Amino acid sequence: MPLRLLKYGLSRDYPVSGDVPATPELKPAYDVVIIGGGGHGLSCAHHLAKYHGIKSVAVLEKFYLAGGNTARNTTTIRSNYITPEGIAFYKEGVALFERLSQELDFNVMFSQRGQLTLAHSEATMRSFHMRAEMGKHMGTRTEVVDQKGVEELCPLLNMDYGGPLEILGGLWHADGGTARHDAVAWGYAAQASRRGVEIHQRTEVQGFEVVGDRVQAVKTNRGRVACGQVLIATGGMNYDVALMAGVELPIRCYPLQAMVTQPLKPWLHTLVSSVSLHTYLVQSSRGEVVIGGGSDPYQLYSTRSTLDMKEHLAEGAVHLFPFLQGVRLLRQWAGITDMTPDYSPIMGASPLANLWLDCGWGTWGFKATPVAGKRMAQTIAEGRVPDILKPFALERFETFRLLNEMGATAASH
Amino acid sequence: MKLLTCPMNGPRNIDEFQSFGPVRARPDPNATADREWSRHLFRAENRKGIVVEWWRHVPSNYFFLAERDLVSNEIIRTFDASELRDHA
Repeated sequence: MPLRLLKYGLSRDYPVSGDVPATPELKPAYDVVIIGGGGHGLSCAHHLAKYHGIKSVAVLEKFYLAGGNTARNTTTIRSNYITPEGIAFYKEGVALFERLSQELDFNVMFSQRGQLTLAHSEATMRSFHMRAEMGKHMGTRTEVVDQKGVEELCPLLNMDYGGPLEILGGLWHADGGTARHDAVAWGYAAQASRRGVEIHQRTEVQGFEVVGDRVQAVKTNRGRVACGQVLIATGGMNYDVALMAGVELPIRCYPLQAMVTQPLKPWLHTLVSSVSLHTYLVQSSRGEVVIGGGSDPYQLYSTRSTLDMKEHLAEGAVHLFPFLQGVRLLRQWAGITDMTPDYSPIMGASPLANLWLDCGWGTWGFKATPVAGKRMAQTIAEGRVPDILKPFALERFETFRLLNEMGATAASH
Repeated sequence: MKLLTCPMNGPRNIDEFQSFGPVRARPDPNATADREWSRHLFRAENRKGIVVEWWRHVPSNYFFLAERDLVSNEIIRTFDASELRDHA
């Protein structure tokens, strides 16, 4: 090893190899065109190339890799949802995260430290009992804990502010965790490009050539690309991109704001969230406390931040951990979330035969990066939607078979 | 602080208001199939551009309409709901 290092150091031409190759020339056609170079699109590309042998794949990214909601989310990984369909899907997502570093040969810094959701009312406690029973039934580690249990799990919590926000108990989800968002995207990108997937950054989709019920080609700022199959996985731009193909999705866009504090010594050993305060906290491996997630109270296509929302997040964080009051904020940002009416994603077929949807990821998309990519790749490769994705079909709105997960989120919408 | 000009109360902090989303045409309950109902219920206007929305000034419980740009967040104008009725 030292000899190799020495040789490398003295070499005149360094064998420079980046994880992701530079954007190549756009070919006239690909078997699969994936629109959106975020975690979901890259995960799908990886699964197509590795497990389905489909290597004529182009990932088209308008800006730079994983710079949208993959970079802007607060990296919560969990499966403590309410509906059996939702739990089954997210449970597979958590399982994929557990071995993702090995799968990608890339350290995604997955830390399964558990998530504690707090209840400040009896009504919330009742909903926690329902989620816990459903979670146990579906084989996940989810249980209701009382005040003493909360204190044991998170001793630094301020249990009682003498008002309506006293902590009555919590929902303890031992499967919950967090991972490094950039590493997830880059790991998938590296694996996919190693197998021949082309990643085209700064390639913006500007329209579709639709003939009959098929997309013949995708029009980009770098030219026309004919395609066998197309996947839309563009996060906050899903509504906009689908509309170019004539598909109107039941989506409304809202900014979601978050922020991080300066780095602190490790003190917060679980993910903590409060449904009533619309605040959740996680300490990153760098020591920064990530605080989310305030959804703006009205529709907007903007990633601007507002003082109102940051104050709201700070207030929630200081309620839970009063000693954070003197801590400085380091960064703050916003992402555009594509919210569905039932707080569940839209995955599977579209009205066009070869256009597939991985949309409606709202405020809950990061945790599904591996599983959505895996299952969408399977869908595209086999040309049919697997059972686990069927409940998330776009048609569910027309048949009124909604998957209501509104109660299973702590973001403020 | 962002200001929204209420047709009744004048310019106020937008925190005093609640958004009720884009105006939607009300379907005829006797002549609407399930498909159109689902459309009415679940598909609100979300195009990049200007929308007409319902807003409420919470302290005075006054509902009115606003034209707003969904990209720049500029509030172009606000007006009383009677104006919409007059144009309908």
